[in-house]
Amino acid sequence: MLNNDAKLSAKVFADDIEKAPIRDGFGTGAVEAGKADPRVVVLCADLAESTRAEWFQKEFPERFIEMGIAEQNMATTAAGMAAAGKVPFIASYAAFNPGRNYEQIRTTIALNKANVKICGMHAGVSVGPDGATHQMLEDLGLMRMLPGMTVIAPADSEEAKKAVIAAAQMEGPVYIRFARSATPVFTTGDTPFAVGKALTLFAADDPKVALLATGPQSYAALVAARALAAEGVGALVLHVPTVKPLDEEAVLAAATRAGRVLTVEEHQTAGGFGSAVAEFLSEKHPLPIRRLGIQDRFGQSGTPDELIAHYGLDAAHIQDAVHAMLKSPQ
Amino acid sequence: MALTDEQVHALEKQAEAIRETIITMLVAAGSGHTAGPLGMADVFAAFYFHILKHDPANPDWEERDRLILSNGHICPVRYAAMAHAGYFPVEECLTLRKFGSRLQGHPERLRLPGLETTSGPLGEGLSQAAGIAYALRMDGKKNQVYVAMGDGEQNEGNVWEAVMWAGKQKLANLTAVIDRNNIQIDGMTEDVMPLESLRAKYEAFNWHVLEVNGNDIRAFIAAVDEANAIYEKPVVIIAHTIPGKGVPEIEFDYHWHGKPPTAEEGKRFLKEIRTMGGTVPHEYA
Repeated sequence: MLNNDAKLSAKVFADDIEKAPIRDGFGTGAVEAGKADPRVVVLCADLAESTRAEWFQKEFPERFIEMGIAEQNMATTAAGMAAAGKVPFIASYAAFNPGRNYEQIRTTIALNKANVKICGMHAGVSVGPDGATHQMLEDLGLMRMLPGMTVIAPADSEEAKKAVIAAAQMEGPVYIRFARSATPVFTTGDTPFAVGKALTLFAADDPKVALLATGPQSYAALVAARALAAEGVGALVLHVPTVKPLDEEAVLAAATRAGRVLTVEEHQTAGGFGSAVAEFLSEKHPLPIRRLGIQDRFGQSGTPDELIAHYGLDAAHIQDAVHAMLKSPQ
Repeated sequence: MALTDEQVHALEKQAEAIRETIITMLVAAGSGHTAGPLGMADVFAAFYFHILKHDPANPDWEERDRLILSNGHICPVRYAAMAHAGYFPVEECLTLRKFGSRLQGHPERLRLPGLETTSGPLGEGLSQAAGIAYALRMDGKKNQVYVAMGDGEQNEGNVWEAVMWAGKQKLANLTAVIDRNNIQIDGMTEDVMPLESLRAKYEAFNWHVLEVNGNDIRAFIAAVDEANAIYEKPVVIIAHTIPGKGVPEIEFDYHWHGKPPTAEEGKRFLKEIRTMGGTVPHEYA
């Protein structure tokens, strides 16, 4: 059953559900954050249109800073600006930000607890035709390992907007991951969002499996849960936008209620969201767990849908994984 | 305004005290870098006792000038200068690199008030300084931003990204000082990775370039005054220094880049510094 408290879109399961790139939420969120706080500045590395930093630039040209194709300098300059009281957002493709500038982020942002918001665009294989070089699949792991770093993977453009606004309001470094292709906008302005809080999207009366997902895969998990319900298989879907700090209470509650956990993410299974859940549950409450994600591989060119299916992250594959789990001995 | 001979002499005495503290703290630490800190003692004496607008009792004072240390491994010179300027007791210098100390092996901003950044990983100071300078300019503030860099770290790509950006932004409130001591860990800079013509490189990136004897306090302060008078471009002062300056037996020797004196060497070095008195900065001027 859909969780009514989640206040999801009325078209959540409709064919004509609105779709938008999650990165749109960076543009709208940054503009809102900029209106609310004059300290907010946006730095971009020659990708203003593609990252949607351009939307902020149009509204606040004097607070938009073009860094050129220099992600290392972007991170370190932002650390300096934060030291002088600004709230910088740094935007580029996740492959370069935090891929290229990881050490700069580690030393000058994380170690200093600098108030910089790192925005990684085009994360995951759903980047599509650009291929493996641009399909960042290790960012959640890289950022999750840094002490004091908050890590958020919003599910759709609406939630991304909220995450950007929340990041501007909180003190300290934050990483937000955004996808390129248009994905269903299944949350609404009324859907609750708070940093560090997970959200139950769907819960069968007697769930046999808890689907824990982050990013746009939470929608796929929701679609899978509905299909499973039609087959008489009860599932619970917990959307976990904040990968760090993990909402341990919600994760534990979902896991214990269902007795089995399947995690889903568009990221390497090593080090990412599934790892975070497995690390926590293996110490707190060991139970059967499977992780869907990219299995120690790189991406490749293709359409987003082709790639999501190829790497086993669509609703059908989630359904199959649940069946396989239920068949296997505890 | 030109410095009087008395002022210069007083600064030279401060540089000498800083050098003594550097030797003493490195011997106590048992590890750390010797050549760079000794070579930059005159520059740091000039900053902390003449150039900087700052308040050791109020390190976060909003109106302070900012001094960013990019090549964090020469931090003994900064710690010693800060201690002598009154940021913390000189005795605390003996805790350098020890467990629980605020004086980390490479400086950490959150551990010691008065540090502007965290540094050690090379090539990141200029861009942080540029970010600070840009933000201050956005807010209409007049604080001057200084950044001390090593010459070896000019090998880092991040430096040149920042050089390009600061030149583009015409950050006139930013003055960089390069410790041009010609050594890095593996040898002489021109053998490891040639930097010359360093002046031409910076000029090509739209910076104003000054060159000075970095062990001549009077000349260095004059260069900083000139840098602050230039309003159209960021300025880099290439400060030619002698690594190990003040201890003749280690001067110019790149082997002293990354090791501390033993207790015995320390005693000898201190004697050598003391016998030079206030004449240290002028010998090579």
